[in-house]
Amino acid sequence: MTTVDRPRVRNRRSRDWLGYLPYLVPGLVAFTVVILIPFGMNIYYSLHKWKGGNAPLRWYGLGNYTDLLADEQFWTSFRNSVAMIVAMVLVPTVIGLLLATTLFDVLGKRFGPRVASVLRASYYLPQILPVAVAGVLWNWILNSQTGALNVLLREVGVTDPPNWLGSTSTALPTVMLVLIWIQIGYPVVIFMSALQRVDPELYEAAELDGAGWWHRFRAITIPQIKPETFVITLTCTVAALKVFGPIYVLTRGGPESSTLVPSYYSYLNFFDKSKVGYGAAIANVLTVLIIVVAVVIMVLQSRSARREEEGR
Amino acid sequence: MAAPIETLPTPVAAGRPPRPPRARATDTDRRHRRGTARWFVLAAAVLVAVLMLVPFVIMVLNAFKAPADYSQNGPLSWPAEFYTEGLRSFWTRVNFPEKLVNSVWISGTVAVFGVTLSLLSAYALGVGRVKGRMWVVTLFLLANMLPQEVLVYPLFQMAQEVGLSNNQWSVIIIFTVIQAAFGTYLLSSVLGTFPRALLEAASLDGAGRWRTLWGVVFPVVRPTLSVLLIFFFIWTWNEFFIPLVMLTTNATQTIPVALASLQGDRMMDAPTTNAGALVSMVPAIIFFLIFQRTLTRGITAGAVK
Repeated sequence: MTTVDRPRVRNRRSRDWLGYLPYLVPGLVAFTVVILIPFGMNIYYSLHKWKGGNAPLRWYGLGNYTDLLADEQFWTSFRNSVAMIVAMVLVPTVIGLLLATTLFDVLGKRFGPRVASVLRASYYLPQILPVAVAGVLWNWILNSQTGALNVLLREVGVTDPPNWLGSTSTALPTVMLVLIWIQIGYPVVIFMSALQRVDPELYEAAELDGAGWWHRFRAITIPQIKPETFVITLTCTVAALKVFGPIYVLTRGGPESSTLVPSYYSYLNFFDKSKVGYGAAIANVLTVLIIVVAVVIMVLQSRSARREEEGR
Repeated sequence: MAAPIETLPTPVAAGRPPRPPRARATDTDRRHRRGTARWFVLAAAVLVAVLMLVPFVIMVLNAFKAPADYSQNGPLSWPAEFYTEGLRSFWTRVNFPEKLVNSVWISGTVAVFGVTLSLLSAYALGVGRVKGRMWVVTLFLLANMLPQEVLVYPLFQMAQEVGLSNNQWSVIIIFTVIQAAFGTYLLSSVLGTFPRALLEAASLDGAGRWRTLWGVVFPVVRPTLSVLLIFFFIWTWNEFFIPLVMLTTNATQTIPVALASLQGDRMMDAPTTNAGALVSMVPAIIFFLIFQRTLTRGITAGAVK
């Protein structure tokens, strides 16, 4: 048996992969139909003026894109994306790192793992809610008339509490706070598992050398959890650029586009203003931005990983 | 003082001399000294937890309040009576059982199809080492990052053309592919390290690729597949944008879409809003409690890969 089989096995080595191609076919076909072709169609639409449906498509070249450059709302939406990155990446990562190290270093060790895991679960709870549910909940809390926050403020004597989501000056910061609330649990959970991976002897050695908490944090914790930090930065930045649900449920981009984001602006053009070509152009610009940001982060990540390996 | 530590980041465990006993002593010293400090840290961490949980608590509190009770006593009072009318009116107004079935059906089907598709593709990429696999994997990963806005209008058009507009199958097909793009990426790196000895043993036993997949590979990676299954289910359950666009009538909508489209309905008083939010989050919470361990493992597994 084996003597007969051996040449076949060796022969398989070289062009073996051809036999596996059929297994890739369903995935590639589905991918082509659901992602590649629609993506191509979207690019095609973006070169036209089109009201959608049966309306005629009129060639417009790069017109939609040049129109974008002069569109104040378009620029506002991307400026707001920066705010989304602050609220969904920067603040949650910093707070999440602080919470995770506190849970791991102090509370887990001195009050037992159960305390730490209960706290971790309560930080993570908003993450499991459908974003629409979280949005509806906050929309009520922040409602200027019947919302819990302002009812409470009036009870304690604030006569004219702010219209949190309804005024141009407070809407964006308020949305940012809600997003921070939603996001915090994710870095906490990931950083806590990252910390478990770090060799405790490193800390012990540092402690023997007399390094205080801050020194150990800077010299051991931060470098050791770098891979996870990159993953969080990548996934959360992409999510922040794509954010739609919370905006749709909380403010619909308003008031006066103070909370407009690119994805909602493109949705608005597709289904509200019937400017399909224009909406497609916005979505394409957003896509290019996301891919550029993702590639930059991935390159930085692999470079940092390589440097670490060489340093070793 | 920091200098020696700076050289430490790489694990040096192997070559370290055994820890001197002094370490234990400093540890206990420290514990004594920090006796009060640790309580402050605990208080701060609990305070953050309370801030995170307050919205849930006042939601539950107000879900069982009569509208008059709410407007009179405010959001923080204990309900004067155990009022379930808001709950009942939300339940019937959105026909909640129907939405629940829709959500379970869509998410469950996507999870099963998505995992199957991921396994097939990852088998070819990870075990089969198909040529150009790096490109395929990168392509899938980038596809997973695409904003859905870039696909939604063409997909909307296509669904109409093939008679799947306002049909849950359109959502199922779309999310199967989107989730499988991520699943393939994750699984193919898992299968890339699949023990060759097992594969060779199977081939010596005369198993073809199909039998090797289901008889050898599938049982070994089943734990990873179940994590993926749960993730696909939850991600699809929470999806909002594409279901919002594709499912245009009440009868086909999922829970998040139904809840969001009720918003702005003037009949929705504060207690009903809260009852709605409460009922809508219960399935997610139950799922979380059942699968908490798997979830945490899954989130972190996804992070390291």
